[in-house]
Amino acid sequence: MKNIIVVGNGMVGYKFCEKFVAQDGSKDFKITVFGEEPRPAYDRVHLSEFFENQDAKALEMAPAEWYADNGVELITGERVSDINRTEKTITTAKDREFSYDYLVMATGSSPFVPPIKGVEKEGVFVYRTIEDLEGMLAYAAKLKAEKPDAKAAVLGGGLLGLEAGKAVLDMGLEPHIVEFAPKLMPRQLDSRSSQVLKLKLESIGLNIHLSKATNQILGDKFITGMEFGEDDVLDVDMLIISAGIRPRDELAKACGLEVGVRGGIIVDNTMKTSDENIYAIGEIALYNQMIYGLVAPGYDMAEVAVQQIIGNTDNTMVDDIDMSTKLKLIGVDVASFGEPFMPASKGHSIIFENKTEYLYKRINVSLDGKSLLGGILVGDASDYNMLHQMYLNGMAIPENAAQLILPASDGASAFGDVTDLPDEAQVCSCESVTKGQICSAIENGEATDVAGVVACTKAGTGCGGCKPMVADLTNATLKSLGIEVKDSVCEHFDYNRQDLYKIIQVKGYTKFNEVLDNHGNGGHGCELCKPLVASLMATINADTANEEYAIQDSNDRFLANIQRNGTYSVVPRVPGGEITPDKLIALGEIAKKHDLYTKITGGVRIDLFGATLNQLPLIWKELISHGFESGHAYGKSLRTVKTCVGSTWCRYGMDESVSFGIELENRYRGIRAPHKIKGGVSGCIRECAEARGKDFGLIAVEGGWNLYVGGNGGATPRHAELLAEQIDNETVIKYLDRYLMFYMRTAKPLQRTAAWQERLEGGMDYLKEVIIEDKLGIAEDLEKEMETLVNRFECEWTQAINNPEMMKRFSHFVNSEEEDDNLVFVPMRDQKMPEPWN
Amino acid sequence: MEEILETYKSAELENVKVWFKAASVKDFPIDGGACVKYKDKQIAVFNFARLNKWYACQNVCPHKMEMVLSRGMIGDDKGIPKVACPLHKKTFSLENGENLNGDLEAIATYPVKIEGENVYIGFSE
Repeated sequence: MKNIIVVGNGMVGYKFCEKFVAQDGSKDFKITVFGEEPRPAYDRVHLSEFFENQDAKALEMAPAEWYADNGVELITGERVSDINRTEKTITTAKDREFSYDYLVMATGSSPFVPPIKGVEKEGVFVYRTIEDLEGMLAYAAKLKAEKPDAKAAVLGGGLLGLEAGKAVLDMGLEPHIVEFAPKLMPRQLDSRSSQVLKLKLESIGLNIHLSKATNQILGDKFITGMEFGEDDVLDVDMLIISAGIRPRDELAKACGLEVGVRGGIIVDNTMKTSDENIYAIGEIALYNQMIYGLVAPGYDMAEVAVQQIIGNTDNTMVDDIDMSTKLKLIGVDVASFGEPFMPASKGHSIIFENKTEYLYKRINVSLDGKSLLGGILVGDASDYNMLHQMYLNGMAIPENAAQLILPASDGASAFGDVTDLPDEAQVCSCESVTKGQICSAIENGEATDVAGVVACTKAGTGCGGCKPMVADLTNATLKSLGIEVKDSVCEHFDYNRQDLYKIIQVKGYTKFNEVLDNHGNGGHGCELCKPLVASLMATINADTANEEYAIQDSNDRFLANIQRNGTYSVVPRVPGGEITPDKLIALGEIAKKHDLYTKITGGVRIDLFGATLNQLPLIWKELISHGFESGHAYGKSLRTVKTCVGSTWCRYGMDESVSFGIELENRYRGIRAPHKIKGGVSGCIRECAEARGKDFGLIAVEGGWNLYVGGNGGATPRHAELLAEQIDNETVIKYLDRYLMFYMRTAKPLQRTAAWQERLEGGMDYLKEVIIEDKLGIAEDLEKEMETLVNRFECEWTQAINNPEMMKRFSHFVNSEEEDDNLVFVPMRDQKMPEPWN
Repeated sequence: MEEILETYKSAELENVKVWFKAASVKDFPIDGGACVKYKDKQIAVFNFARLNKWYACQNVCPHKMEMVLSRGMIGDDKGIPKVACPLHKKTFSLENGENLNGDLEAIATYPVKIEGENVYIGFSE
């Protein structure tokens, strides 16, 4: 048994272990990994996601049990402090000694902190580890409590710096980026693309300061500003330094391994250092006089080191390492591949720039116009995978190469098909998976869908940039094998939502079991198909969620939103956000009487939290007696139509946005759809109702309303797109009836209008043809169906409390009047909240 | 919080000591569940009408220790009868309590018998 010690448990150190234990000969070796951080290796590439969810577990490369299960000893929180090369031993900071046969250095890098005066002040951070992020979050929270308009700067406008800029945005501080160079991302972008990126980032609220050399950090104990020149000062309350990385080679230097002048352990193409028993991989390794700060080359190095130790000495590192990257920075696509800045002597550049849409595309083409040498994409990198493949595989490019980057006028693709790629084309560069491997995984039956391909090839598990291409390849291969690619709703049906819609409509089904018995696969349904069929039957038969309550989704079943501790929240409808003082008082009285936590929602309604199942009918009886009705906050249905005050009060208003908002909210209330629907009506182009962030939005202009559709907030914010201009109220309703009904008929389960619209073949032009020009000849049907739904509306809470049979479900116990005795509330800011989860 | 789980130990039909008369058959929804109180326990009982079978399990979901499983939707996963927790859609086998879409601890299950119009749950302690 030989001992391998891996120093460093980062992404590359972990990848070495993963690749090693997968080898046949791995049983003859014992691997011990040391990590100085308290937790096992995590995905640093997606570190900024930690700000969105603060879920460190989700970033883990593999859980701690993985190491144990695979015979790898993982020692975290213990730094290796010394290497004795003659004895072949290492010593840790806890003064423990371990001996090795092979040592793998994967110590990575640390953030470079420039020697600026005052850099040690409180509020100055680096951006590298989860602990750094936790430190920032705590500091930012403290700042915001004292100063709501606090500012934070990032020193460094490179790739990581912009990631840190996103973190500042997520923390709710005013973001500033300070860069020494005259452009952003100087390593990846040329001046023009950098300028486009700058404009785009400024448009979403980042303040960008270029050509700024920081002289000192101001403040007494903690940072209050940055000084660039005598009169050039930026007031900031927090600073994140992201000015590059430095290899962590102190351990290597101390034991006399050969290192580069500017740091990094020198390795040959077998990843061996100057000591034949010591390997170096990842950001610590200096290969061809370069440090490679990307994950893909690091993983390749891990693979080479694994093969060398196992004995496959033919496996060496390639000379030319592909440094192409594609990423989403603060929601903006940025990609560069091959040679982004090509000297004019080697070829010609074709450049497309459109600053109004923040788009920049550049491709570099060989002098003979036959091959692609590299390029840069900003704003839209959807063609990156194809361009990158063309570059990597030296594929032929169209005679008129400009087609590759010009917006297609006829919808035709200049690329041909993914199946045209050669088998050796590397689709996933992080995990080195080729097109051939993906296709054969499907052809030999190992995988039957995208998830299967990902599981057995690991393609797409690194940066994830190749996922669309993996999906396209999977679907194309399945199709070529004659296997129909189905988007069936779950294992119980071979149909998609649209198929089931038609089946239920034509056959007139009213019970779940009828649909399942006649069209299902013989099973008993599940939490996916039951609520879906319930929603379809509600749409088609104009029913409420009180029908067959056991198949309704959790929230629809009890006509309320289930919250963290199993209690519910109650949201009565307040159409358009207009409410009389009397009704407002009634809401307050009811909330007080039942001791409910009360909050204004994001949709400007009033939400009452902490109601038990037994309390729900009592609360609703009182609400209904004061003239309220269900707000359907729990349903996949219309939520609110948010309005600004409009011409009724506002001196700029062009039309009565409140009146129209109320009319629309009352028109579409209660209707069941594939997902929730929100609306907005603004009385002028100042857009105070944020209508373009809604599924449908109206903005009053000279001569009528502009109607926008398909917007949403959420994880992927999208502005709604213009469907029609300057139309009157009646036309708005006509188009909206058609639009919503068309969406309800054809979208996938749980697909918001934005995602549906985005995937609609033919895009907005097609949508306009269907909705406005009635190209499919269905407009009359759509309007009729909507009219039925509007006319048959009934408040489902009123329906429920007037029906003793329906009331039976609102009781925690079937054999007792008692409440759930497991509930614990704790006080918070004069109200209550559920006891926190562990 | 995890001590709640100690309260619930699966019972097998052969070692049932107490048959607790819970409620009437008609108190439970068809192909759905409701919660039964037995001493300090909360038991979720499901009328799986499509299989003509009844199931019982702990009401507490071992994921976040909330008393909610009886409000979950039932169905099957490749033939295994299951319940999906209404909070995060964790699914559990109603036959043996196993977590079908994750590695949570199995939930405790209890035998159910129907006599006349009444539903009985079996406990071994």
